[in-house]
Amino acid sequence: MAHQDALIAQDIEAYLRAQEQKSMLRFITCGSVDDGKSTLIGRLLFEAKLIYEDQLAALQADSKRVGTQGGDIDFALLVDGLAAEREQGITIDVAYRFFSTEKRKFIVADTPGHEQYTRNMATGASTADLAVVMIDARKGVLTQTRRHSLIVSMLGVRHVVLCVNKMDLVDYDPAVFHRIQNKYLSFAASLGFKDIAAVPVSALRGDNITERSEATPWHDGPVLMPYLETLSVDEEEQAAPFRMAVQLVNRPNLDFRGFAGRIGSGSIAPGAKVKALPSGKESTIDRIVTFEGDLEDAVAGQSVTLTLADEIDISRGDVICEAGAPVETSDQFKTTLLWMSEQEMLPGRSYAFKLGTATGLAQLAEPKYKINVNTGEHMAAATLNLNEIGVCNVALDREIAFEPYAQNRELGGFILIDRLTNETVGLGLIDFALRRATNIHRQALDIDKSDRAQLKGHKPLVLWFTGLSGSGKSTIANIVEKRLHKLGKHTYTLDGDNVRHGLNRDLGFTDADRVENIRRVGEVAKLMADAGLIVLVSFISPFRAEREMARSMVGDGEFWEVHVDTPLKVAEARDVKGLYAKARSGELKNFTGIDSPYEEPDSPEIRVNTVETSAEEAAEQILVKLRELGVLSG
Amino acid sequence: MSLLTHLRRLEAESIHIIREVAAEAENPVMLYSIGKDSSVMLHLAMKAFYPARPPFPLLHVDTTWKFRDMITFRDQLAARLGLDLLVHINQDGVAQGVGPFTHGSATHTDIMKTEALKQALDKYKFDVAFGGARRDEEKSRAKERIFSFRTAQHRWDPKNQRPELWSLYNTRKHKGESIRAFPISNWTELDIWQYIYLEKIEMVPLYFAAERPVVERDGGLIMVDDDRIPLRDGEEPMLKKVRFRTLGCYPLTGAIESEADTLSKIIQETLLSSSSERQGRVIDHDQSASMEKKKQEGYF
Repeated sequence: MAHQDALIAQDIEAYLRAQEQKSMLRFITCGSVDDGKSTLIGRLLFEAKLIYEDQLAALQADSKRVGTQGGDIDFALLVDGLAAEREQGITIDVAYRFFSTEKRKFIVADTPGHEQYTRNMATGASTADLAVVMIDARKGVLTQTRRHSLIVSMLGVRHVVLCVNKMDLVDYDPAVFHRIQNKYLSFAASLGFKDIAAVPVSALRGDNITERSEATPWHDGPVLMPYLETLSVDEEEQAAPFRMAVQLVNRPNLDFRGFAGRIGSGSIAPGAKVKALPSGKESTIDRIVTFEGDLEDAVAGQSVTLTLADEIDISRGDVICEAGAPVETSDQFKTTLLWMSEQEMLPGRSYAFKLGTATGLAQLAEPKYKINVNTGEHMAAATLNLNEIGVCNVALDREIAFEPYAQNRELGGFILIDRLTNETVGLGLIDFALRRATNIHRQALDIDKSDRAQLKGHKPLVLWFTGLSGSGKSTIANIVEKRLHKLGKHTYTLDGDNVRHGLNRDLGFTDADRVENIRRVGEVAKLMADAGLIVLVSFISPFRAEREMARSMVGDGEFWEVHVDTPLKVAEARDVKGLYAKARSGELKNFTGIDSPYEEPDSPEIRVNTVETSAEEAAEQILVKLRELGVLSG
Repeated sequence: MSLLTHLRRLEAESIHIIREVAAEAENPVMLYSIGKDSSVMLHLAMKAFYPARPPFPLLHVDTTWKFRDMITFRDQLAARLGLDLLVHINQDGVAQGVGPFTHGSATHTDIMKTEALKQALDKYKFDVAFGGARRDEEKSRAKERIFSFRTAQHRWDPKNQRPELWSLYNTRKHKGESIRAFPISNWTELDIWQYIYLEKIEMVPLYFAAERPVVERDGGLIMVDDDRIPLRDGEEPMLKKVRFRTLGCYPLTGAIESEADTLSKIIQETLLSSSSERQGRVIDHDQSASMEKKKQEGYF
């Protein structure tokens, strides 16, 4: 920008008109501080004159005080402000830096730190068009270079600049540069990059950063900044078929119904035939409405509001596509997951799911394998821990419109959220839809739940008894069932111990098995309720998330949580089956209340206290409720 | 096929963020500070929902020490756009006579701005508040999320922020918790000015150079906006051609001498200037890392 000062001073209007034509590039820098990453970013900011005099004065002072470059300016200090915060234990996933030249505005995602590196890099790479991979010329291609490249490739970055840095420290030896370049090219051949440009640089001395360096007359490849300024990165998304995820329906009055969203790929014009998915309904674009007036066409990246010629039902989460080239829909996928939480992934647990503008619930199968990020090797895994990458099937509770991630980042990338802590626990990339989901269609049946309820003379219901071992769940459930049976109601009890002898005998007591245990019982209870029964489920079911999962499977009105609320010391004192004694002695592992947690329900439909109330009285309280709510009449 | 320019990309991203909030929040509000960043954010909100109006009100936290021109501008703009404008003043602070001259800038800002904002958010039970902060404003902001989470006590818990992948935002929260959403995170100061120029966005006159009564104080120029400013010995308000690079409470905002009385001249001056933007703000100089601290306390 420095050389533009004259233009700015003489003709600011001309300068501003030229600035309006700038494009934008987002890139991520990969490498550690030792590779000179911060120095490079600092150098780019400096060259783009984004450093004001007051900052430069401070930088010079800091460089003298703490810098590593003798009397010279230490550019790394410009961007290393985050180090102090890291020491304070503040989580920094990505820091964003901005600079601009006369041709382009740049947004740099900088991922500091070694811990959390995989997760941070994935976050930065998710929005990057290009990755600058830093290599120290003295060290060459390292394990971390492979790891960084694998992650950016996985996240769909297709353009790479290989910066072989610190060339000054190897006397600008072309042999060193070419050896590193060749080694990297052969290793990266399988990573699907569209182009890899190698540049020999010294971030410290400024070689080949903005101008071709005299120290490397043998280099006939690109210079860093001019390359970043001119590389075309958005051709593919512009050329792909039209897709727009609907953010919201804009309905200011009865005469206007527009669908607002940002165009993910392709282009659109009035008159174009479009299809809304997952519904599959078709229509024609009527208008492209914006604040500036209607547009004649709109392209990927623009936020617009579309109106259609026909009144078809479209809502948030739907995708409007080119009718001739629609996206797929499915509810089951093979995916690549990166786990981002300190709480390990629990196969079977249902997590909140978000892709594009669609949301739902997702159940994760056990990983098929996990991937060693250093070697690319596949390893067996029962779960995924923080920063681990694995391949895993995912089942959703609804059908969504999607595209494989390799084709479309926006409609192929999703996040997983823990439903209780609301933490973002993982990211996923859709590889493809599973055929079984495409081929197994639900059969619509003529006799439904209400027909069955009419015949039985009562409504179906799942009474879910939860509480510690020895709290009295089974005793109370047993009394309730006897009383219902006497009244001529059709019932069935699913008891934890009994089910574990049969249906669930392959499951143990790890957290993952407990989740699967409840999932299966939830499904069975749902089928039985569908058959018209009053189902009594008596399971410790220690985790809120799984009880919520069972509730969402059965449906809200037909699921009653009964908390048999007995303090641990009372249950332990009773110790009917002698299990607490075993758990205390260490003979029995993962025992709820001792070395495995019990999460109390926040707001159960019924809470019975077995310290002040007898089992008979507790059962009576439940029956009174059932009568009040009309369950016992058809 | 035309590729989008950087301003159009930034614009589209911001509109996307604003719409995501409108789609997922229960009771959103836009914090409106009358400054240039707020003006751009509001302009983007008008675009995001056109032909409808933004489905949320504006909230201005009035410390009672804002420049008079700002208040006039605010009221006229809200009326012209037909927007619901909420103005909140910390009445406890007013009752105690809190002000920058009597209590110092730190206490004044804490009570009349930070506390007042919390009061307003609690009073109206807003769950998401848009703010006009940018990542390039200050080193510590570079890592700030676009959706920033606050506890029920409005505290920013640095350990409890969520990774932001693609343009997918996890907006789930527990009852009482809230979110600050920053739709112009990725804009720089220059982007803001270029966009104002391109879109002809109306600005408070204080940004433009004009003859204004000022006194020189502690190396800066403070405008005598009303008679609440206690003049020190030897201080005599004098008319100087000045303008403001940022706007806040008048006693805390330094003016700069300038001839820039048009938008293009302001941009010219900004581009050729040799000091960074926040220099004019007294609040940043109080202590190092003060932004970070204020954020934890709920300033943003």
